[in-house]
Amino acid sequence: MFRGITLVPADTKIDFVGQRAITWLVSALLTVVPLILVATIGLNMGIDFSGGTLIEIQTKKSPANLAEIRGKISGLGLGEVQIQEFGAPNAVLIRIASAPKEEEQQASVAKVKEALGDTVEYRRTEIVGPTISSELIAGGTIAVVVAMLGIMIYVWLRFEWQFAVAAVASLVHDITATIGLYAVLQLEFNVSSIAAILTIIGYSLNDKVVIFDRIRENLRKYRRMPLVQLLDRSINEMLSRAVLTHVTTFLAMLPFLFFGGEAIYGFAVAMCFGIVIGAYSSIFVASPMQLILGVRRDAFSVSGEASKAAKERAGAAARA
Amino acid sequence: MLHFQRWKVILVFGIVFAGIIFSIPNLIPTSKLKDLPSWVPHKQVNLGLDLQGGAHLLYQIDEKELVSDWLGNIRGDVRETLRSNRIGYTDLAQNVAGRSVSVRVRKPADLDKAFTELKKLSLPIGNDVFGGFSGNNLDVTRNDSGGVTLTATEPGVNDRISSAIQTSIETIRRRVDAFGTTEPSIQREGRNRILVQVPGVSDVQRLKNLIGETGKLEFKMVDPSADAAEVASSKQVPPGTELVYSSDEPPIPYVLKDQVLVSGESLVGSQPGFDSQTGEPVVTFRFDSAGAKRFGRATQDNVGLPFAIVLDNKVVSAPVIREPILGGTGQISGSFSVQEANDLSVLLRSGALPAKLTVIEERTVGASLGADSIESGKKAAIAGLLLVIVFMFAAYGLFGLFANVALFVNIAIIFAVLSLMGATLTLPGIAGIVLVIGIAVDANVLINERIREEIRSGKSPIASVESGYSRALTTIIDSNVTTLIAVLVLFLLGSGPVRGFAVTLTIGILASMFTAVTVTRMMVAYWLRRARPKVIPI
Repeated sequence: MFRGITLVPADTKIDFVGQRAITWLVSALLTVVPLILVATIGLNMGIDFSGGTLIEIQTKKSPANLAEIRGKISGLGLGEVQIQEFGAPNAVLIRIASAPKEEEQQASVAKVKEALGDTVEYRRTEIVGPTISSELIAGGTIAVVVAMLGIMIYVWLRFEWQFAVAAVASLVHDITATIGLYAVLQLEFNVSSIAAILTIIGYSLNDKVVIFDRIRENLRKYRRMPLVQLLDRSINEMLSRAVLTHVTTFLAMLPFLFFGGEAIYGFAVAMCFGIVIGAYSSIFVASPMQLILGVRRDAFSVSGEASKAAKERAGAAARA
Repeated sequence: MLHFQRWKVILVFGIVFAGIIFSIPNLIPTSKLKDLPSWVPHKQVNLGLDLQGGAHLLYQIDEKELVSDWLGNIRGDVRETLRSNRIGYTDLAQNVAGRSVSVRVRKPADLDKAFTELKKLSLPIGNDVFGGFSGNNLDVTRNDSGGVTLTATEPGVNDRISSAIQTSIETIRRRVDAFGTTEPSIQREGRNRILVQVPGVSDVQRLKNLIGETGKLEFKMVDPSADAAEVASSKQVPPGTELVYSSDEPPIPYVLKDQVLVSGESLVGSQPGFDSQTGEPVVTFRFDSAGAKRFGRATQDNVGLPFAIVLDNKVVSAPVIREPILGGTGQISGSFSVQEANDLSVLLRSGALPAKLTVIEERTVGASLGADSIESGKKAAIAGLLLVIVFMFAAYGLFGLFANVALFVNIAIIFAVLSLMGATLTLPGIAGIVLVIGIAVDANVLINERIREEIRSGKSPIASVESGYSRALTTIIDSNVTTLIAVLVLFLLGSGPVRGFAVTLTIGILASMFTAVTVTRMMVAYWLRRARPKVIPI
């Protein structure tokens, strides 16, 4: 009978944690460089956070005559206006910078519709006033922070504080790397980006918990094994699972990149990236952090007697 | 492992069967669904505004206007109270920033009496959320300048806002209902906001005009002695009158007397119609008995003079009174189109808004964009699903097949629960289903990898499967609970489409624990009993 292809041989032994000098550097870069990118090139803030008006139109003729549309709109005195092609050649996105008052935004939309008339189809209109945009920024930040706290508490309860700290540290790594992606690709950063980040947090954490679970199990099983070796063993044992799961999730998400439509494109890019970065940080951030945080082996032992013995042995192992 | 208790088998089959049955209506076009007998489940998943098109409008009530209106009323009450008690007063003034009204009493001897009487204006606020007493709406104190100050309290202002929001919601509902769309949703958001969601609306501008109009109707006399054009250019408005423009283009100025003959509150009905002589669209209206009496008297006294129908400080029309109007009915003609006449009658029927509403967030999706989004979402989701199925079979063979069957059941349950709950499927929600596919498959990957490990450690086929399932379970639960925490936050703090995503993901993750663990386990057990394999093909 067909047994399926084995992608990762059972006896795979890659010294992931052994290479930590290099991977720490990579992880540090993935955490810090995005912050520099955000400070220098900046994020392409969508109207959710910057406030403003967005009108998506579709012209009857394809491709749309951008110059003509620009000509009609530039004379209206609406302040800063961006006009660009959006997805299809006959789809055009008109973005008007935020006005200090909500009424002015309403008036701008009316003016644009009057100028363009019925020659185009209005696919989508979004107006976000200054009040709402500042609330959305606060709401998005709170959401991410609350999610991290909740997760930290759960991991702490189920494992040990070292695991909780490692989990949150690697999630911070994932978040900054993802934000960096938004900066590099200049993808629009909006409310659905926050949703993407929270989903990546959930997914990436899911992966970390699976590895932590195995580390805990191995800590009980191999009391004498040095921690570096034990971490590597745990990662290698879960490698086949990691590859299969990440490949399936990635495959499931991939079609959204190609024909999910413009509305979901940014979300799909972030998710695909998040799957990869989450897999990376489970192996190269969350696991080796146990070496720094110094996980207590006795925490997972069956009895106190055993734990004492384990401590001594661990001490001996560390000295060795 | 091999034997499941009978009730368990029945329960699992029941859930799977129900999931499939209740998800089926989503595969049938709505038009054909109507023809099916009534015992067949009919509920389909609601599509979010981003998928079916429609308008999402978030309004904020003008708090300042509300408070200043209230202070105006309080001022009137103070005047009334002091007059009826024959207390001389001076410097009656309102301070909008301080939310207070203050007055000075002429004779110091009257101060005590004034204070006692004005204190009666402060009323307890009855029902807050908990049905308890939350204080008075006004704080009445003696001030330094030998008078009394009435300050609006925080609960008083909140109570005012709450009731204004309530009235606005009812008014908006009447207006949107007249628009004739299906299932609009109008609800309070936070302290001073109203969220209006109207699916499938095409003319959003008209909807906004209809909702946003205050709808304050007044009948006033035109001052025949003033020359409107002259007043408009000189800006010198005679005392007791005001300058009001018409809604024409260019606007025509009118000088109106301040006194309101009858206001919109006296209206009991309003209909669009056609003038019997000219055939022009008009709006007919009817007053209640008190209003009819007042209007009758006013028209009796002013035959031959023009009066003005004023809507939101704009003159709609200014006809001359040809004869006394005693029947309490009348009509407004103002060269309307049929639609304008219709909208005006809706506005009059629905009553006025207590304060101005401003759109602070608007998201409108056209029906064609919604349809395109469904189409592309569907395509991408099906492609993703196919890739996963092929990959799972390639990776695990027969056990991959078990996982794939469970995956189908999982998706069916998601749609069944969404349909039964009346939850909304949004475009991010479709992406959520795809993510669930990944998570559900992960559970099976964890189980299958465990089984492989157990086989390698030398256990018998049945024992390997047994411990594979039981040992993978804690990992599956731990990893899913952490994901659910992140999703819960999304649900609590997100809005609109993001919330739809969170709901879909939650249902999906919970369902996956059932399908990926219990359902596959039952399939595997059945196969083990039937085939009695010497080795597990995994």
